[in-house]
Amino acid sequence: MADKPAGAARELNSILATDCGSTTTKAILIERQGGEYRLVVRGEAPTTVEKPFEDVTAGVRNAVREVEELSGRRFLSDEGIIARSGGTGDGTDIYLSTSSAGGGLQMMVAGVVKQMTAESAERAALGAGAIVMDAVAVDDGRLPHQKIERIRNLRPDMILLSGGIDGGTITHVVQIAELVAAAEPRPRLGIGFKLPVIFAGNKDARPHIQRILRDKFDLRTVENIRPVLEVENLGPAREEIHNLFMEHVMAQAPGYDKLMKWTQVPIMPTPAAVGYGMQNAAKQHRMSVIGVDIGGATTDVFSVFGEEYELFTRTVSANLGMSYSISNVLLEAGTENIVRWVPFDLDLTDLRNRIRNKMIRPTTIPHTLEELLIEQALAREALRLAFEHHKTLAVGLKGIQRREEDIARMLSQESTGQTYIDLMALGMLIGSGGVLSHAPRRAQAALMLLDAFLPEGVTQLAVDSIFMMPQLGVLATVHPEASAQVFDRDCLIRLGTAIAPVGPGREGEPAVTVQAELPGGRTVTEHVPYGGLRRIPLDVGQEAQLEIRPARHLDVGAGRGRTLRRKVQGGVVGIIVDARGRQPFGLPADGKARLKKLVEWIVALDAYPMETLERLVPGAAEVAAAG
Amino acid sequence: MAHAYTPGLKVTGYTVLEKVRRLPLKGEVLVQVGDEVEPSAIVARTSIPGDPETINAAHELACDPQEIPRHMLKQPGERVAAGEVIASYQAFFGLLKKRVVAPVDGTVEHVSEVTGRIILRRPPIPVEVRAYVRGRVKEVLPEEGVVIEARGAFVQGIFGVGGERQGTIRLLADSAEAVLDADAITPDCRGAVVIGGSLVTGAALRRAAEVGCAGVVAGGIIDRDLLEYLGYDIGVAITGHEDVGCTLIVTEGFGRIRMARRTFELLRALDGWEASINGATQIRAGVMRPELIVAGYRPPGITDGEVPASEGLVAGTPIRAIRDPYFGLLGEVVELPPELQPIETGARVRVLRARLEDGRTVTIPRANVEIIEG
Repeated sequence: MADKPAGAARELNSILATDCGSTTTKAILIERQGGEYRLVVRGEAPTTVEKPFEDVTAGVRNAVREVEELSGRRFLSDEGIIARSGGTGDGTDIYLSTSSAGGGLQMMVAGVVKQMTAESAERAALGAGAIVMDAVAVDDGRLPHQKIERIRNLRPDMILLSGGIDGGTITHVVQIAELVAAAEPRPRLGIGFKLPVIFAGNKDARPHIQRILRDKFDLRTVENIRPVLEVENLGPAREEIHNLFMEHVMAQAPGYDKLMKWTQVPIMPTPAAVGYGMQNAAKQHRMSVIGVDIGGATTDVFSVFGEEYELFTRTVSANLGMSYSISNVLLEAGTENIVRWVPFDLDLTDLRNRIRNKMIRPTTIPHTLEELLIEQALAREALRLAFEHHKTLAVGLKGIQRREEDIARMLSQESTGQTYIDLMALGMLIGSGGVLSHAPRRAQAALMLLDAFLPEGVTQLAVDSIFMMPQLGVLATVHPEASAQVFDRDCLIRLGTAIAPVGPGREGEPAVTVQAELPGGRTVTEHVPYGGLRRIPLDVGQEAQLEIRPARHLDVGAGRGRTLRRKVQGGVVGIIVDARGRQPFGLPADGKARLKKLVEWIVALDAYPMETLERLVPGAAEVAAAG
Repeated sequence: MAHAYTPGLKVTGYTVLEKVRRLPLKGEVLVQVGDEVEPSAIVARTSIPGDPETINAAHELACDPQEIPRHMLKQPGERVAAGEVIASYQAFFGLLKKRVVAPVDGTVEHVSEVTGRIILRRPPIPVEVRAYVRGRVKEVLPEEGVVIEARGAFVQGIFGVGGERQGTIRLLADSAEAVLDADAITPDCRGAVVIGGSLVTGAALRRAAEVGCAGVVAGGIIDRDLLEYLGYDIGVAITGHEDVGCTLIVTEGFGRIRMARRTFELLRALDGWEASINGATQIRAGVMRPELIVAGYRPPGITDGEVPASEGLVAGTPIRAIRDPYFGLLGEVVELPPELQPIETGARVRVLRARLEDGRTVTIPRANVEIIEG
């Protein structure tokens, strides 16, 4: 666009945003209607970064053309996107874009201590939207020559080098820099370019780092990410990562030089935008959020916690996905963990061949119910493992001295570096990615989320309908309110609210009683035994006043055995009372009992077509009739 | 989206291929546009910096790191031979002698007075890029490599392991259904690219590596057999660098799956021809499939102007089902209903109606077929 006014300073009535993904470019048009922002239309087209097009703007044009056709307005000119100038209705007030095409942003990080500066560097890189290929540290257990070999074999887009608090160790920081210099890793893109290295460590080490790295690398220096042990200062490093992403990664990707001129704010890496969008949503709705995006190759998990929703963490499980990396899910989870979710007996050799065939033909979809159940079993494990990984990075700072007010926590045996993910405090769990967003029945998505994340107490469940979080994230940087409104009204499909008592129990014993005052004054009471799952229908947009009475040894958020009164939201599935157990959750060890339990839960949520299920799992209809 | 189907693997008796042969670092291109090259011809070369060797000199000399530069006998930039003394330290009037010996041939690259380490760089490693296929140099990428144009038969597989190799095609299966077992692979298969039918067994694969076959091409492989052949499990679909005796190309997938008749018949016709093969597979953006190329082959009656182009998915297009319940079956598109249709899972998706080889007409999600490309 020709003129570049600051988006935030202007009245925005029409917003056009694209996300250039590795396979698909998605465009959305948002407009202000009657005082609120709503999604108007969307369009998509294949991404055109690779041959034969090798110009990302071709895919953007195709996606926007679909928006033009559906909206009956013009947004494209020969020069790019038309800036709106009143009268005709053509053009947009602002055009924004995100990108993960061409493999996204791939980084190596390094620090002195694995669980301190290297971990902070990893958080900085992940939060900036990168895939972290490796985190090298002085104490990571590898010998110098092994580290050098590893660094040499990586082809990152950039390196983030940290280490030492200000005024602390210089020797160890220099040691890591020497290893990087000796390894001379080459950048992923551009045969003749110098690899960018960001130094965000001990400021006293800067002259040494300059001397060691400046000739071989494009060296940038920013403030220390751990200036003192108790403080993590990720902002400057993240900002520099974004600058380099634009200067190096985007500038070398085909067509981005043009696209960068079209957009009015810098193009954001897609995952960074999603993270920003999640944070914005948490703040606007005043609730902690966990979001997950399960793709073909990777699974991203985002969490926003804290009193002011200041604790934001993003992790990428680079090799947990539903197609390209599906064999790795099998490898990491193990066959037993996958099979435990399948409600019929399976031949294991056949299962392994099926998984491999999905890997080599990643765009195929389950045609039979049997295939769908297997794929969703794999998804549960991919999600579970990604969440486990997330919890190891969503932690308080490690190695810090306790302050006096922490003495109580010390006495309760909590140590520094514990995860701050508190599932009881979680307000909303959002799933996205094909296997969740396109599950044939929404109850399947709800079950997958419950099984993988095991939320506790009262938690809203939702899926992102068409994955517009990236566009809403970049929009949040210029207009948080518009972003939050569209997120709430058009982006999410609300599945409902889950109620899960926490604590040990015995199968069949009373676990929880839920009394729901439904719209229209009707009251429903469900007595759910331990090990059971029940659904109380409550539509999207409806609210119900609940009285939740857990058994004496169980907790739903008010304390053990204490009644919780709470207003909850409905959804396409409704209220799900999940008394299957938390801390611990377990499936019966006996094969037959396990299959019976799985069928019971499927039936409780009406998750699959009963006629087909009966063919696959004889007796399912009987369970349904009994229920 | 208009192209919601798998484009399909190319299997053709004659096509024009362009192969980019690129150096990992800038270097020297050794051929010119128009040159005819053989697969073994070196078309470009460079040298990559040798591996570094780190020596903890402060520890070996038992002195402070900042003293190391004073004790160096060789300075950064100087060459040293393995066994040569590069730093020494004497104390107490020569009673205490310590020295640092170069563990390898190389050049002193860096002496750190902060960490007390010396970094030696081993001699540069020469890297050569070969033509890989017989053809003509179409373009020179200055300092980086070349584009080679080859004309001939081209068969893409679905998955492979092992890198680039050349060998004579040797048909060992009498039909596309036949299983390739170990006893069919005899010592005279050394250097050959052997062709099986529906399956190569684990024993056959090991035997092929033992006798020195260049490669094996078959319809399918059992997952466990691949794991045993490699010695480890593959997590993500990025292959080509495996250290295996012979390259494997699977044309259909995992399990016993009859090789597509068209593929099998073409390989039968290529029996005795020299092939270039590569098992490298990468199934992410920039899809790379394993391949077999026979440059110089031209089926009777084909001229240069007759390289057929794919029309996409239309009635009459030959297809292969690539997922259960019809996995591996071949057929022909009968109808492409535009509306979304329900399938057994309950999902509503874009489908096609296809007549299978066994005479059945079935409905299949479009995402679950691939075009058999010619």
